[in-house]
Amino acid sequence: MAHATTTTAPGQDVWNGGVPPLDASYGKLMMWFFLLSDAFTFSGLLITYGLVRAAHPAFTGAVDAFVFSHEYWPIPEKVFEAVPFLHGISLPLVFVGIMTFILIMSSVTMVLAVEAGHRMDRKAVEKWMLWTILGGITFLSCQAWEWAHFIAGTDRPTLFKDFVNGQWITKEVVGANLHVNQYGPQDFADFFFFITGFHGFHVFSGVLLNFLIYYNTVTGVYQRRGHYEMVEKVGLYWHFVDLVWVFVFTFFYLV
Amino acid sequence: MAHHSEETEITVLPPDKEKIKKLWTVAGILGLLTAFEFLIAFTMHHGPAKTAIFVVMTIVKAGYIVGEFMHLRYEVKVLFWAIMVPIVFIVWMLVAFVYEGMKLSDINFLN
Repeated sequence: MAHATTTTAPGQDVWNGGVPPLDASYGKLMMWFFLLSDAFTFSGLLITYGLVRAAHPAFTGAVDAFVFSHEYWPIPEKVFEAVPFLHGISLPLVFVGIMTFILIMSSVTMVLAVEAGHRMDRKAVEKWMLWTILGGITFLSCQAWEWAHFIAGTDRPTLFKDFVNGQWITKEVVGANLHVNQYGPQDFADFFFFITGFHGFHVFSGVLLNFLIYYNTVTGVYQRRGHYEMVEKVGLYWHFVDLVWVFVFTFFYLV
Repeated sequence: MAHHSEETEITVLPPDKEKIKKLWTVAGILGLLTAFEFLIAFTMHHGPAKTAIFVVMTIVKAGYIVGEFMHLRYEVKVLFWAIMVPIVFIVWMLVAFVYEGMKLSDINFLN
């Protein structure tokens, strides 16, 4: 497939499906254009985050003096500083860094599975697909912990002033959901759930697809078919998921 | 029984050492860039310069993932540009929306 030449099947010429357009199979082309449309969807989410963030005042004081408030957008490194089993220790962005590393590694094992597929090496495809699935499941588990921690909140509640029934009261808020958010403006929590949730759903779908590929490899479907192009197509999707995370990591956690 | 005879014909090629080495090199570069981003995150003050560095490094990382892992760099030129050109809409949307956001900020928080 990858080495398509101008030789055409009998009874077919170049204009009648004899040669794959753009030197790529139908399935691969459609995957590319699907991913392009998906890139637009994620851009919509991330750019809207940019708009809402730019519409809020930024915290201007020293990083050490930062406290959660509705008055300004929070500094991400002050929100995401927890790591499992290390309760109470401030380790800003360390856990997200580990998650990034896991996803990049699973992208590498995926591309190694594709390479093994080109060589018709069934055993190697099985091995690398298993590593990729493991990486995906590990990432999802990390995200589950991250969400649980974000929702449960910090040890000490954040105090917010609120105007209720004609008078100012002080509210204690712990944790975050779609109605309250102890870390700052409500929009911050909403975007966290929507952006990382939408990405997490993509990872979840990717793990299912990867498992399907693994299953078909083990049962010899691709060996009988004579090529492992399905590994390549699902590989494109899996790399895209990694690509999106690179952007989420930068624009949600770092900037 | 046709299946059986087909399966025996399959020849497994040896691993392409050079290609695999290149893939690990790309992975190493991605890891290094991420580590460097961490360094910047905790040593530089928040500001346009820091954001600019992050954006540039993210684009470099994206280039490696799409170009090498997704193999787009080696596809035919028409396919390459068919994917790259529409990205200009995303850039336009980014500029327009963030500019809009800053204007909203001026309106909402005048004092």
